[in-house]
Amino acid sequence: MTAGIIRRTFLAATLALPFLGLVAPAHAAGERFVFVSHAPDSDSWWNTIKNALKNAEHDLSVKVEYRNPSTGDIADMARIIEQAAASNPTGIITTIADYNVLESAIKGAIAKGIPVVTVNSGTGEQSKKLGALLHIGQPEYDAGKGAGERAKAAGVTKFLCVNHFITNTVSVERCQGYADGLGVKLGDQMLDSGIDPTEVYNKVKAFLTAHPDTNGILTLGPNSADPTIKLLRDMGSAGKFKSFISFDLDSDISKAIKDGIMEAAIDQQPYLQGYLPVVFLTEYARYGVIPANNINTGPGFVTKKNIGLVEKLAGEYR
Amino acid sequence: MTETSRIESTAAIGAARDERLRQQSGLRRLLSRPELGAFAGAVLVFIFFGITAHGTGMFAADGVLNWTTVSAYLMVIAVGAALLMIAGEFDLSVGSMIGFAGMMIALPTIVFHWPVTLSVIFAFAGALAIGFINGLIVIRTGLPSFIVTLASLYILRGLTLALSILFTNRTIVVGMKEAAEGTFVGFLFSGTIGDPLFTWLADNDIIGRLPNGDPSVRGIPMVVVWALFIALVGHIVLARTKVGNWIFASGGDANAARNVGVPVGAVKISLFMLTAFCATVFAACQVFEFGSAASDRGLLKEFEAIIAAVIGGCLLTGGYGSVIGACLGALIFGVVQMGILFTGVPNDWFRVFLGGMLLIAVLFNNLIRRRVVGGR
Repeated sequence: MTAGIIRRTFLAATLALPFLGLVAPAHAAGERFVFVSHAPDSDSWWNTIKNALKNAEHDLSVKVEYRNPSTGDIADMARIIEQAAASNPTGIITTIADYNVLESAIKGAIAKGIPVVTVNSGTGEQSKKLGALLHIGQPEYDAGKGAGERAKAAGVTKFLCVNHFITNTVSVERCQGYADGLGVKLGDQMLDSGIDPTEVYNKVKAFLTAHPDTNGILTLGPNSADPTIKLLRDMGSAGKFKSFISFDLDSDISKAIKDGIMEAAIDQQPYLQGYLPVVFLTEYARYGVIPANNINTGPGFVTKKNIGLVEKLAGEYR
Repeated sequence: MTETSRIESTAAIGAARDERLRQQSGLRRLLSRPELGAFAGAVLVFIFFGITAHGTGMFAADGVLNWTTVSAYLMVIAVGAALLMIAGEFDLSVGSMIGFAGMMIALPTIVFHWPVTLSVIFAFAGALAIGFINGLIVIRTGLPSFIVTLASLYILRGLTLALSILFTNRTIVVGMKEAAEGTFVGFLFSGTIGDPLFTWLADNDIIGRLPNGDPSVRGIPMVVVWALFIALVGHIVLARTKVGNWIFASGGDANAARNVGVPVGAVKISLFMLTAFCATVFAACQVFEFGSAASDRGLLKEFEAIIAAVIGGCLLTGGYGSVIGACLGALIFGVVQMGILFTGVPNDWFRVFLGGMLLIAVLFNNLIRRRVVGGR
C-alpha cells in the first residue's frame, strides 16, 4: 500500500517535471509492449499470462497489448509480429512456436531496433540465434523427461500421451521426452486429441479400450487433461494407472491431484513468463539493464504435498 | 453487367430508340456496378483508420506492407471464391486445400528429394484434380456444393495431418527455404520485385530505413503480384468474355442457362478447379515464404474468402457479383484485421471490433447499392 502511494507520488512528480521547466526525467512512463502468443482463442491456459500482463501493466505504469492468431495458425502469428514491429512499440515479447515460420518476422523486428524477449515455446538456443535479448520459459524436452522418469519410478510400462496441440513442435518434444525418460520408443502412444473436450474424451476412451494394458498417462495441458480426468472419474478406473501426469495446472487438475487421481502436474509457472519479460523490457528501456542469461520458469512438480496454495490460485495466477 | 453491354450494343446498331429499354445515364450505369458498395466501404475503412490509427505506423512503409500482404493472400483465394459464388456454388474446402497443397509441395521435396519445381507442378496438378472431383460430384449428384465440399474440408485436412505424420512423424515439414534457394519457383512465389525502387525511395527519404541502412521495405512480395494477376485475369474473363456470361447465367438460373446451350457443368467444374488452383497459389506463396508446410495451415480461410466475396457485393444465391468487388472485399478485411491491431484495442475485445467493423462495412455497402440501384 505504502509502496503504491510512493510510486504514485513519484509518477505524479515525474509527469509534473516538464511543466516545472526542469530537466526531462530519465524515463517517460507509458512504454508500450506487445505480447504475441501462438495460442488460439479457445485456449484458456493463457489466462494466467494475461493476468500477469495486467499486473505488470499496473505495477510498472506501462501498456501491454496481448495478441494471438485466432485459429492458432502460426503463419498468421508471423503477420501479427510484423504488424507489432510496424507499430514501433518499446519492445516485443513473443513465443517461438515455430522457428522457421517466425524467423524472418522476429529478425525483422530486431533489425528495426526493437528489443525482443522470447517466452514459453522455443529454446534458449533458438532465441539467441534470432538475436533476442533472452528466453524465459521451460525446457520442454527436459520437463517431459522428468515426468517420464517419475512415471518409470512408479512402474509404468505402457503409456498414452494425449496431445491437444500436435501441430506445435513443442508438444511432440514433451511426449518424446516422456518416452525417453521412460525408456520406451515413441510411436502410436501419442494421440492427436484435438482441443474440443467431447472429442478429447471420446478419443482417449477409444484409445484406452483398444490398448487395455496402458498404465501411464501424460496429458499436455488442461485442454487434454480435464476431459481425461472426467473420463477416469466416469469409468472409475483411475486406480488402474500407476502414473497420471499433466503439463500445466488448472482447477480440475489440482482437484485431481488432491483426490489422488493424478500423481503430479508439471508447473512451468506461466505467471512469470508474462510478468518477467515486461519487467525486464521496461528496465531495459528505462535504464538499459537486463539479465545476461535465460530464465527457466519450470519445471516445478506440483504434487499432493504442495497443492494447498497452488489450488487457491489455479487458473488465475498459477 | 451483361445487360449493360447488351444495351450498349443495341444503342450502337440502331440509332432509333427502343421503347422497351430504359435509358440510363452513364453515371447511373457506373453507380449500379456491384463493386460500388465495396468501393465506398473501402473508402470508409481507410478514413476510419486514417483517423484512429494516425501516427501508429500503420501508414509507414512497413505498416502498409503488412496489411497489403495480408490482403493479397486473401485476395488470391477470394477471386476464386467469388467467381464460383457467382456461378451459384460454394467451395468450403479452400482452407484445407491450402494445408494439403502445402504438403503436396513439401513432402515430395523433403522426403523423396524431388526438385522443388517438380513438386510444385505435382501440387498444382493434384489440386486441379481434386477441384475436378469436387465439381464432378456436385454436378453428377446434384447435391449442394456446401455438403460435398464440407466433406472435402475434412478429408483434405485429415490427409494433410495423416500424411505428414506417416512420412515424417511430425506435423510440420521444414527445410523448404533451403530447398528453394536460388530456384525460379522460389522467386516466383516468395521473391520480391521492385527492390531498386525501394532503395531509391529510402535514398530520397520517402520511406524509412532500418538501423543497418537497409530500406524498411525490401520490395513488393510476389504474393501481391499473384493477387493482382489473378484478379485481372478473373475480371477480364468475367466482364469481357463469353465465359463470363456463362458464369452469370449458371448462377442465375442453371436450368434456363442449360436450355439456351450454356455448358453449365463444364463451367462449374472449371470454377471448382479454379478455387483449388487459387488455394495452391496461396499455399505455394506461404510454403516458400515461411520455409515449411504445416498441417494446420489455412484453417478457416474458406470463410474469409467467402466473407471477402460477400463484402465485395457477391450474392450468396449466385448470379450477381464482381471480381473487383471481391478484391475490394479482401482489402477491407485485411485492412480491418490488421488495422484494429494498430489502434491498440484490448485483445479480449478485438474480435468484437473486427465483427462490428465488418458489419458496418457491409451495411454501408448495402445501403449505397440500394440507394443507387433503387429498389432492386
